[in-house]
Amino acid sequence: MNGWHLLPAALLVLACSGRYGGAPGAGARITVRGSDTLVVLMQRWAEASTTSQPDVVVEVSGGGTGTGIAALMNGTTDLAMASRPIAREERARIEGSGAKLVEIPVALDAVAIYIHESNPLSALTLDALRGVFAGKIRRWSELGGADRPIVLYSRESSSGTYAFFKEHVLQKCDFAPEAQSLPGTAAVVQAVARDPAAIGYGGIARARGVKVLPLRLADGSVVAPDHEAATTGRYPLTRPLFVYLRAPANPEAEGFARFLVGPEAQALAEEAGFFAWRSPP
Amino acid sequence: MSTSRKPRRRFRRSLGERIAERALALVAASAIGAITLILVFVVREALPLFWDGHEGLALAAPHRYPNYDHPVYVWQPVGYPPKYGVVPLFVGTLKITGLAMAISTPLSLLAAIYVAELMRPRRRAWIKPIIELVAGVPSVVLGFIALTYIAGATQDLLGCTYRLNALVAAIALSLAVLPVIFTVAEDALHGVPLALREASLALGARRYQTVTRVVLPAALPGILAALVLGFGRAIGETMIVLMASGNAAVLDPSPTSSARTLTATIAAELGESPRGSEHWRVLFLLGMILLLITWALDAVGRIVVRRLARRLDPSTDEGA
Repeated sequence: MNGWHLLPAALLVLACSGRYGGAPGAGARITVRGSDTLVVLMQRWAEASTTSQPDVVVEVSGGGTGTGIAALMNGTTDLAMASRPIAREERARIEGSGAKLVEIPVALDAVAIYIHESNPLSALTLDALRGVFAGKIRRWSELGGADRPIVLYSRESSSGTYAFFKEHVLQKCDFAPEAQSLPGTAAVVQAVARDPAAIGYGGIARARGVKVLPLRLADGSVVAPDHEAATTGRYPLTRPLFVYLRAPANPEAEGFARFLVGPEAQALAEEAGFFAWRSPP
Repeated sequence: MSTSRKPRRRFRRSLGERIAERALALVAASAIGAITLILVFVVREALPLFWDGHEGLALAAPHRYPNYDHPVYVWQPVGYPPKYGVVPLFVGTLKITGLAMAISTPLSLLAAIYVAELMRPRRRAWIKPIIELVAGVPSVVLGFIALTYIAGATQDLLGCTYRLNALVAAIALSLAVLPVIFTVAEDALHGVPLALREASLALGARRYQTVTRVVLPAALPGILAALVLGFGRAIGETMIVLMASGNAAVLDPSPTSSARTLTATIAAELGESPRGSEHWRVLFLLGMILLLITWALDAVGRIVVRRLARRLDPSTDEGA
């Protein structure tokens, strides 16, 4: 008994010393939340940034663009990663509280269409893609493939990729109710890799073990989501990835944001399968 | 209450004892207080939906939206306009919960009967804790097993179109529900007085006759309580269904099609919906309904159990 009731007190002292002790500025933490598309790259960036800001710990977590921006609104994160531009209402909510919102494009991404590796389909037009995901085209035979139903893999509505795909491919249509919503691009890739009847979508950087389906443009040419097509904007599903923060931000968060647009971070983006940020031509 | 009729023994209690009693009462009251606060919070977030000018939500009725050629039940909270048809979510919840109960009820009850009635007591002593250990497996692990193994196995076996579907989720869910039903039902069976069994055997009944006609009826209230508890666990489970069901909000009652449950919807969407928005309020309404369903079920279960207990043994008091 006698030693144990000292334990809470000891823990309290420890907790306080962790928070307030040490040199000022040491062990500063910044949190980054949001887009699952960006999570892996952001973790690499966070590791790389320790060379320029050795005292700053960057905590990265995913959850989807909507989650990240909601966290930025509630003030529970310093930076939000986004795979879509912030919506007008979201911007109004943040700026309504007196803060300024800073938008930093950090990389280019191409949303790729994934199909199973055994699928013989060679290209798809955007109209056909809309038909597939809106549930109007239901069998592969309608696209010249095997006679089996098309199984759609989509994302949760909190995903920026979901919002991007909906805006640029489905436009005014809704996703078919049969579209399965999975909790992340990795889950979509895994599901498509195992299912010969599957079609899914997600960032090009995550495409492993699946076939990336090129798109057929209106002029009849076929374009794959590669470096050249993405940076020239010929691939229609190219999108900028953003980081948002409130200004004035704390100096550590600002320093990290400045690091993200630097040459070192951009080289890492290319290495991770994204494309370095370049403003659209 | 039988206890109130007994004369209460008055003895002097020490100060420490009185303080302990007060402290315990406070703890008990705080639990009740927390539940009340949860209810108040959920209701407060949900109900403004009905008077804050959210017309045309079409929560439970089919609605003809632009770009649709006939009225539909659709859950598409991100869309133009957002569509909050909750019927597919209820269908999904009932489908998965019903399937999981259909799988786990016979298995767990048979296991309970075997362990309580037929197994040697020494084996029972270690088999029961092992089954109970399954209840402690985190649901995210069960979800992962469903995702990687059960999904592939059911697709190979049944040739279903959708790899992730209600059946896969229900099988994984029954792994979580099974030990809950098993352990409560087994306790109920084990608690049936030995004298009943001995009397039955002495009258010349066979062992299975004793089990089915004497022990099972006597343990019925406890078994029902086990089922209610299992159902509550099944309908409230989130992670397994989120990972294994495919989460497509379809109206299809087929077990091999996908399903989206109330819990998975709340878990997946609450994070992104801004506080106080229409979407946020609809999600809280779903939570409120879920809460009411489990409470109603619990209340019905209690009433049935009490009735049964009285019918089986008229000497028991109402409160027992």
